[in-house]
Amino acid sequence: MNIEIVTSDLLNVATLVIMAITGIAIARIRNLFAVVMLSGIYSLMGATLYVILDAVDVAFTEAAVGAGASTVLMIGTLALTSDRENVTPSTRKIKGLFVCVLMFAALVYGSIDMPLYGDPGAPIHNHVAPRYLNDSMAEIGLPNVVTSVLASYRGYDTMGETFVIFTAAVGVLTLIGRSRRRKNGGGGDEGPKS
Amino acid sequence: MMHRKSVLRVVSKLLIPFILLFALYVQWHGDFGPGGGFQAGVIFASGYILYGLIFGLGTLRKALPSWLTRLLLSLGVLLYSGVGVVCMLLGSKFLDYNILSHEPTHGQHLGIILVEAGVGMTVFAGIITIFCAFAGRAAADVNPVPQDARGGAGDD
Repeated sequence: MNIEIVTSDLLNVATLVIMAITGIAIARIRNLFAVVMLSGIYSLMGATLYVILDAVDVAFTEAAVGAGASTVLMIGTLALTSDRENVTPSTRKIKGLFVCVLMFAALVYGSIDMPLYGDPGAPIHNHVAPRYLNDSMAEIGLPNVVTSVLASYRGYDTMGETFVIFTAAVGVLTLIGRSRRRKNGGGGDEGPKS
Repeated sequence: MMHRKSVLRVVSKLLIPFILLFALYVQWHGDFGPGGGFQAGVIFASGYILYGLIFGLGTLRKALPSWLTRLLLSLGVLLYSGVGVVCMLLGSKFLDYNILSHEPTHGQHLGIILVEAGVGMTVFAGIITIFCAFAGRAAADVNPVPQDARGGAGDD
């Protein structure tokens, strides 16, 4: 029991340190192709973190979307634009640093009130979660409570998410979907009509 | 172009069937293990994206024409909301699957499987659509000959 906790703590710390290093490298490196690759690594470490937190399905999604599909999409975007980042003037760097420090302080301040990870007294464990865990086997009959919650108890939310994906794909299609034949502009007249 | 990537071609040909099989497992086994429609759609799409990256966008579009992805994209949301409407027509509330079968839990099971299939279809088709839009645009702008996005960006 004790060894298990230490192992997962070590894994947590190692993963978070790698993520922090990747984040700093992303901020420092000016070659955007390397930045895209590093953001893929960042997502992969995020997926590892989700596995450590026992959220395997979120890890699936993070690995496939974050590390896979969005990396590919970013590379496609780089092919459309430049893969070098412009040099930022140092005055703007100071402003950016100020905003980052302020945001960091606000997040730390906000996290002081949050319950500890795994705290049984946390509000999230006492609201509807006990009902899902106790009654879902009788009401829904599925061993996987997550699926019961997502598809049945929270069916409206999942339907909304599906419509979000649909809208995103339709939006991309309308903006850049049909431009292969035309080279210069004029891409907006066909999409919105259909 | 095709002959230079023989290692990638062979390895991806070996991997893609297992990626797709795993996606189907995640889709239909989501009631019992971790996973569900969203994860399955994403994994299924990444298998096809790998195929498109290695063999080119044109080959991917031959295997998966754009009318098919557009059909799946809309069919998924239609299936999801259609299950809800059927529940209403059978005399219950929207997305209340209990009414779908004689026994409430059987109805729930059926409803969840259908709804997850809808999610999987829309997510799969959505990601493929977005990938093809970006890759097609990149290929058209950078080089008139269609080529995959990685070849365009990775050279320098």
